Amino acid sequence: MTVTDSPAVARAVETSDRVASHLHPLGSFDLDDHPVPTGREEIWRFTPLRRLKGLHQDDATAPFGADNLSVHVDAPEGVTVRTVAADDAARGSSGHLPTDRVSARAWAAAPGATVVTVPAEAMVEAPVVVTHTGTSMDGASAGHAVVVAEAHSKATVVLRFEGSAVVADNIEIVVGDGAHLTVVSVQDWADDAVHHSTQHAKVGRDATLRHVAVSFGGDLVRLNASVAYDGPGGEAQMLGLYFADAGQHLEHRLFVDHNAPKTRSNVDYKGALQGEGAHAVWIGDVLIRKVAEGIETYESNRNLVLTDGCQADSVPNLEIETGEIEGAGHASTTGRFDDLQLFYLQSRGIEEDEARRLVVHGFFADIIRKIGVPAIEEGLLATVEAELEKNVGKPVSA
Amino acid sequence: MATLEIRDLHVTVDTEDGPKEILKGVDLTIKDGQTHAIMGPNGSGKSTLAYSIAGHPKYTVTRGSVTLDGEDVLAMKVDERARAGLFLAMQYPVEVPGVSVANFLRTAKTAIDGEAPKLRTWVKDVNGAMAQMKMDPTFAQRSVNEGFSGGEKKRHEIVQLELLNPKVAVLDETDSGLDIDALKIVAEGVNRYREQGDRGVLLITHYTRILRYITPDFVHVFVDGRIAEEGGPELAEQLEAEGYDKYVKAGTTAAG
Ligand SMILES: Nc1ncnc2c1ncn2[C@@H]1O[C@H](COP(=O)(O)OP(=O)(O)O)[C@@H](O)[C@H]1O
Ligand SMILES: [Mg+2]
Repeated sequence: MTVTDSPAVARAVETSDRVASHLHPLGSFDLDDHPVPTGREEIWRFTPLRRLKGLHQDDATAPFGADNLSVHVDAPEGVTVRTVAADDAARGSSGHLPTDRVSARAWAAAPGATVVTVPAEAMVEAPVVVTHTGTSMDGASAGHAVVVAEAHSKATVVLRFEGSAVVADNIEIVVGDGAHLTVVSVQDWADDAVHHSTQHAKVGRDATLRHVAVSFGGDLVRLNASVAYDGPGGEAQMLGLYFADAGQHLEHRLFVDHNAPKTRSNVDYKGALQGEGAHAVWIGDVLIRKVAEGIETYESNRNLVLTDGCQADSVPNLEIETGEIEGAGHASTTGRFDDLQLFYLQSRGIEEDEARRLVVHGFFADIIRKIGVPAIEEGLLATVEAELEKNVGKPVSA
Repeated sequence: MATLEIRDLHVTVDTEDGPKEILKGVDLTIKDGQTHAIMGPNGSGKSTLAYSIAGHPKYTVTRGSVTLDGEDVLAMKVDERARAGLFLAMQYPVEVPGVSVANFLRTAKTAIDGEAPKLRTWVKDVNGAMAQMKMDPTFAQRSVNEGFSGGEKKRHEIVQLELLNPKVAVLDETDSGLDIDALKIVAEGVNRYREQGDRGVLLITHYTRILRYITPDFVHVFVDGRIAEEGGPELAEQLEAEGYDKYVKAGTTAAG
């Protein structure tokens, strides 16, 4: 058996008197507050900057404005979709302040925004699907979208990214009081795409957000998903699933800001890695502020390494400024493919490929089940299947 | 017709200090319808024998042969051995998170038979096999062996034995850790399988207790990687009374 479960690092739990987490500098729209990173910064140290196609640099080196991405919105009745100008009040309504240079650049460069609104008390069954299709790797584009679920509404919004493009975007999510919103962001890019996505949510009083990041494609995907609360009683489920192939860099950075009492968060990311140079990064930051009494949080990241030559970096950080909490915990494990599981299944006549498929499906099964949108769950199972078909790598040597 | 023939089997396991020989020349023939009990102290190599027959990648066969009806088992991959008719009930069944028992059983059955089982009869067969092993039908929806008690894992192995119905079954300490009720349930399952008349069983056990419920045709005493003595069921009674002491001492002397 070759599972090596690394227990979460002890230093991950620390208390602090500082107002803001040191890992999350206060945000700013001003580009000057975000110098061009060198790669040594805490927030950039895992990202291969040279593969970012200049997104982290300046307009002279890597200007935005390419017409390389088409956006198509499929919205069921009752949901409104608007395209607004850059100065529209919808922009910024989530309270988002860029905390890194790419987000700040995309904010400044976005020509406008797509705003999806689910009206108050609307119960929308069918998902809203926003499909972004990349058409060219020449130049880069800056995108902006705002998803608003008004008070006591219920809806699902799927953001799909496919094709080839270089994109930096800001996605704002506003969950009104008592609303239930599911947002699924599917990075199903072609092999060469580069995507830097900043997704920030404001969760209202007694509201529930389920955010799901699914990353399969792209040469480099760096997705920042952050949550803050706009009142007590809010709940955020931050789920993620990724499958890094040879040469791919898939990075997910989570930040949950427990800035209101009686709020809950659950971060649960699972990833598989296969092939030479497959690299997955998961950063899970949870900040529990002084005011955030009676909160509950748990974060977990599990990686399954299928072949040699992969790297999974997984860093949970929990900063607690109040002792009055219901519960806080985290887990981070990176396990190699379990030869014993394979042997057991094969000893029942199941061929090796099929056995590997079963084990990997099984690994992802609980996350996929949590998504709660049957059409997406089925699609994901099929995508996992397709990823496994690509597995050209040799099994992990014991 | 099913004969499992093991000849002069030598097996090593890789350790930090290099390969270590565990099996030192095992000879054993299990013919049609025969039940052979292998008894031996802890660490004598019983599980190594079971795993080597099933093809566990950790063990290397350095000498000897294993054939099933003349076919070279050692040349087969693990899944091919199962499809050829071998089955191993493991001493420590493996947990497979996220894979339901129902899915696992159906996938295994399909692999063994070369075609998917008929849905209607299959559901009935699974429910029947689980009921006979006193396993609640809800187990079908649970992940394979995950959160099962020791006894539930062992009963799940016998459910598989009944559903997959191999030619030869190797049962590695299926009785260990079972209370008397569970032991009887497991023994009944094995006996149902045996009653077909043409199935072979290699019953590995540390205790004589299970041999009161499953009567073997032959008993082999296994010490230090080889068979030290062979006999009929009466040998088990002798072991019950005297223990392994005289064999272990003899084995130590022989090795030293
Ligand atoms: N992976 C391994 N590395 C080192 N020694 C092993 C390994 N597997 C088994 N052994 C050794 O081989 C011997 C036989 O083990 P095993 O076959 O499990 O015995 P039994 O089933 O009779 O208790 C023991 O001494 C055990 O420590
Ligand atoms: Mg054993």
